[in-house]
Amino acid sequence: MDNPYLPYPVRIERIVTETEDRNLKTFRFVFLNEGDEEKFAYTPGQFAELSVAGKGEIPIGIASSPTEKGFVSFTVNKVGVVTTHLHNMKEGDVMGIRGPLGNCYPWERMEGSNIVIIGGGFAFTTLRSSIIYMLDPENRDKFKDISVVYGARGPGLLLYRDELAAWEKRDDINMHITVDRTEDPDWKYNVGFVPAVTEQKITSAENAIAIVCGPPIMIKFTQPVLEKLGFPPENIILSLENRMKCGIGMCGRCNLGDQFVCKDGPVFTLAQLKTMPPEY
Amino acid sequence: MVKYTEKIRETAGRLLKSGDVEVFIGYRQGTVPLMNEPFQVTDAARVDELYWDSNCCLNLCNYLTKRQEKKIGIVANGCNSRNIVTHIIENQIKREQLYIVGIPCEGMIDHRAVQRKVHGKDILEYREEGDEIIVSGAGFEEKIKKADVLRTNCRICRHRNPVIYDELLGEKVEEQTDVDSYKDVRHIEEKTPEKKEAFFQQLIGDCIRCYACRNSCPLCYCPVCFVDESRPQWVGKSLDPTDTMTFHFLRAYHCAGRCTDCGACERVCPVGIPMRQFTKKLNKDVEELFGWEAGLTLESRPPLDVYRPDDYNDFIK
Amino acid sequence: MTDKVYSEEEWGKALEAAKEHYTKVYVPQKEGDFHLFRDLKEGAKPDFKFQNTRLSAKGLVYPQSMRMFECTMEPAAEDAYILKEADKDYGPRAVVGIRPCDAAAFPLIGRNFDNPEYRDPWWVRWYEATTFVGLGCTDPCPTCFCTSVGGSPFGEKGLDVLLHVVDGGYVARSLSDKGETFLSNVGGGREAGEDDLKAAEAVAKAAAGKVVSSIETDNLADKKELELFDAPFWEEIGFSCLNCGTCTYLCPTCWCFDIQDEVHGRAGERIRNWDSCMFPLFTLHGSGHNPRDQKWQRVRQRFMHKLKYYVDKYGAGVQCTGCGRCVRYCPVNIDIRRVAKLMNEY
Repeated sequence: MDNPYLPYPVRIERIVTETEDRNLKTFRFVFLNEGDEEKFAYTPGQFAELSVAGKGEIPIGIASSPTEKGFVSFTVNKVGVVTTHLHNMKEGDVMGIRGPLGNCYPWERMEGSNIVIIGGGFAFTTLRSSIIYMLDPENRDKFKDISVVYGARGPGLLLYRDELAAWEKRDDINMHITVDRTEDPDWKYNVGFVPAVTEQKITSAENAIAIVCGPPIMIKFTQPVLEKLGFPPENIILSLENRMKCGIGMCGRCNLGDQFVCKDGPVFTLAQLKTMPPEY
Repeated sequence: MVKYTEKIRETAGRLLKSGDVEVFIGYRQGTVPLMNEPFQVTDAARVDELYWDSNCCLNLCNYLTKRQEKKIGIVANGCNSRNIVTHIIENQIKREQLYIVGIPCEGMIDHRAVQRKVHGKDILEYREEGDEIIVSGAGFEEKIKKADVLRTNCRICRHRNPVIYDELLGEKVEEQTDVDSYKDVRHIEEKTPEKKEAFFQQLIGDCIRCYACRNSCPLCYCPVCFVDESRPQWVGKSLDPTDTMTFHFLRAYHCAGRCTDCGACERVCPVGIPMRQFTKKLNKDVEELFGWEAGLTLESRPPLDVYRPDDYNDFIK
Repeated sequence: MTDKVYSEEEWGKALEAAKEHYTKVYVPQKEGDFHLFRDLKEGAKPDFKFQNTRLSAKGLVYPQSMRMFECTMEPAAEDAYILKEADKDYGPRAVVGIRPCDAAAFPLIGRNFDNPEYRDPWWVRWYEATTFVGLGCTDPCPTCFCTSVGGSPFGEKGLDVLLHVVDGGYVARSLSDKGETFLSNVGGGREAGEDDLKAAEAVAKAAAGKVVSSIETDNLADKKELELFDAPFWEEIGFSCLNCGTCTYLCPTCWCFDIQDEVHGRAGERIRNWDSCMFPLFTLHGSGHNPRDQKWQRVRQRFMHKLKYYVDKYGAGVQCTGCGRCVRYCPVNIDIRRVAKLMNEY
């Protein structure tokens, strides 16, 4: 019988410190056993449990896209016991990952639509996965206009800065990068909170689906902007976080009503969330 | 003790109607015999749900921690009132916030002892008359002398009258003076180290780490208990006997000089562990070394809080 | 299916015979004021004159603390930090004397641990290895309410064999292949005759009539989840709750667990422990945010889960078999029957 609790052994191939406060690092993992990478076939929006032997497991969104072969990467924020230990690990170290877990963004439904991606802070990880997936030549034609609003507190806290700059130059995606504030005179992009920039730059909800990922406060103020634009609740997609342990809907702790964030989520539409108890 | 029920209802009703208290904490009769549940009333129309008899074994002071209401009414017998004093000294509640209705206590009964007396038969009804209790079930009725089934801590209680109150609901009762409070502790002290270890292993053998003992104790109000800390993690969460022993012993030490022997921990344990065997030793040590019993006065701080030049220090070699 | 009759003495011999065929034979043993399931093969002395064990039988298939995996933390080792299955014994075992309420809890829990998307390998394998020999309740307790949650004192859900206490012994009826195997393994006894079967039936019928307690759940499926969630009575219900784990740990149908890693010297292990939605840490985020940081929110979660979310998720009734343990042993007497009535009538 398959054991859904047993992690695939992986090796850390690369560690990149993403932010100037050094609290966010992107880890690139390579599977140790042949065949595990195929078994781990995932879709943007899903997450995995990163397992550090002797410390524990943490549920982290997958930042790499399935179009990137040979590795999987995750961007991890340093918060507690496991993440602190992980941040102190080195390239070459061995650990485990379990997954892919959870549901993904509703890709089938999103085909043929305009896509609006709104991200804040370090919740951008699965959105990176989604953008790379959509921009891949095999997939780009499936979607119409792609607009991205992504903000952080300051320039040094944006993730994937090189990739953001590269996307900005492309003409098949509209990037609206913003920071809450900056003292950098050479800052080329927007200054302002994500909800405000969304209001300025996103002009139409016509045939559009919005994916929103960020801290609760950002979601709280972005939601009315989208609703005013005319996005119905079924077309506003959110990815939630909750305390998890098993990640497979068995330990019982991440439930919102009769739904598990780890198994029936973490991706929910706003329409669904309105019928569920707000315990997240 | 049932006689206090009417007086409690009357007092609570009066206090709530006049606005002297915003909320009144007492007990309500349980849905199963030999059990009363902690209960709070805000609506004067519901004071008739309040109840008092010899089954009021939970410590109501547990429900006072860090409350913000300006005036809280609460019933308190001897041990509960001492815990209120300790709570005030430890800044968990302010004296001005409380209106304490004192109840001179004649002791609570041990529901497990009563079950043993009827050989485990299902008790359907319970009532008390004077110094007797009458329990009945399918095809049996038995009169039992209350003194025979009194809780072990109530048997040796030396502070049955409340030590702090705004109103006393009855005549004070005579304090028991001719009791040997620490006979069971000496019994354990006399064991050899190996027998002591075996004794305590057996005591915690059934523990399921439900933490009912800790949660029912008014002294355990730490926002994060040491067993729940993760950075660093002091205690494991499995049933490993070392972890379980660590929890019980360390908790007892945290209660040293503060425990009033109310016995709530023993009452709530679902597997019937005699929880007071951990704390009584510390009560004995504090009483013998510092001459201190918890919660008797608001005027002085507990011995582990202050240093006096004549403190016991024979252990410093 | 087989029906056999055993005298007390013959049943004792049958239990001894069971030791030859099963790696563990759990029986209720009297320990102090209550009974617990212990292994005959480790010297347990069976005592079937009991109402119910203090702890339910769920721990026999789903241990409270279990080592999931182990690994070496020795950096130089070739397989350092790689988790591997810790050895488990899945040999056939028997649980004798389990009450129908506790047995009915297993298929109920099975919906969580054994579903189309994921199967918990340990729970499933231990459940499949266990033969449940039930003891029907001739005299149900005043706090039992199995009949109002789809069960009965002689209910057969989850059981492989059902024993009826009759004059001088037991009538044993096998209910499944595993039950047939059990009876043929232990041998002894004699074929049940007409009179024996009549006596057994009479006992079962009388018992169902003796259940005096009940719980009202008939309207719960039709209620709106968010309306019950926002109902005004939760804070009052939750006032006295100690947020201990008594109800969840004693309950045969509660299953939430925690996963912990521990290191002893150079050996690492991943352990699964029972956990409780009553504990504040249960839903505490790493950031410090806790969606259920108030006591009464956790109390609401437990009752909503058992009486509403489970009903909605599986459409198979409430997550309760009416054993009554939470009613008897809740330290502050929060009564599920009272809460269910409030929810049912809201």
